Amino acid sequence: MSISLDALLAILAMAAATMACRLAGLVLPTPLIGTGRLARAFDAMPVAILSAILAPLLLTRGPADALAGAVVILAATRLPMIAVIALGVGAAAAARAWLCARPVSGLPCARRSRARRD
Amino acid sequence: MIEQEASAPPTEFRDGLVATLPAIVAAVPFAVLLGALSGDRGVSVAEMGLMSALVFAGASQFVALDGWGVPPVWWLLGLTALVVNLRHALMSASLVRHLGAFPRWGRVLALLFMVDEAWAFAEARAATRRLTPAFYAGMVVLFYPSWVLATLAGALAGSLIEDPAALGLDFAFIAIFVVLVAGFRHRPRFFAVVAASVGASVLTDLLLPGAWSIMAGAGAGMLVAAFGPAGGEGRA
Repeated sequence: MSISLDALLAILAMAAATMACRLAGLVLPTPLIGTGRLARAFDAMPVAILSAILAPLLLTRGPADALAGAVVILAATRLPMIAVIALGVGAAAAARAWLCARPVSGLPCARRSRARRD
Repeated sequence: MIEQEASAPPTEFRDGLVATLPAIVAAVPFAVLLGALSGDRGVSVAEMGLMSALVFAGASQFVALDGWGVPPVWWLLGLTALVVNLRHALMSASLVRHLGAFPRWGRVLALLFMVDEAWAFAEARAATRRLTPAFYAGMVVLFYPSWVLATLAGALAGSLIEDPAALGLDFAFIAIFVVLVAGFRHRPRFFAVVAASVGASVLTDLLLPGAWSIMAGAGAGMLVAAFGPAGGEGRA
């Protein structure tokens, strides 16, 4: 129930690095973005970032996750978010239980990290 | 872009709170797991609680536990957190354009509490209405303490919980993000941006596992948006 100096230093270093990333946008000269190419790039940022987070998780973590991902994508424009979440969690649990019991040739069933989440 | 008027602050606050509820329900088991793992890695309960409170970034905290030595090497852990959380710099750059209704200190505070989920919900909100401090506060007010307290609970109780991924709980985040991406599908160049981002991120992930795939995919998507043909599907 104590905090060692080494641990404190490490936690502060992690916090400083994370805070620096989170505050980085403040030093951006926002008025310069205006219109044109730069504005188009910025407008595309949410979609570009989210797609880049999702794609490796859905396409390189084995057939079970790809299958559950397909279910989620098909449901995304048709159902309310809470239903898509329930469907996604259910599909992932089922597909992993089913496909990971008998791995498909050569494909890692779950190279997924336990959690790349926050 | 449709700019609806913001509602009264209590309504905005409630909207923010409700938006993040599913994400909180899904995040808590991972926080408990994170806490449960900390004991094995030689991280004390107090240290783990402090880390969750100050860093508040799940992915980098899991990675940190993996690389936690005895004693921990501060610069290595700091550098790792920087790489894993580099995506937050991009998110921050994008989000800051929507913080016009925030006082200056409010912007700083909002960005310090910006986790992936809060960022994504804020962007989705800003696409249709003005992003208000009350909405943002609603997103954070429950998410942050539940992350910190659940980490502490896990550290105190140990392995109460089996791998949340076996239960498919990580797909709650995936589902949330997919729905939010789909919400942007009428934007011009949507499919070109998605295709570029998917291609670049998957390729990078295969060549260089780790956090770089997000930066590569985001960069490719933004380049296509900037230099690709104007117009395209959806309304301008």
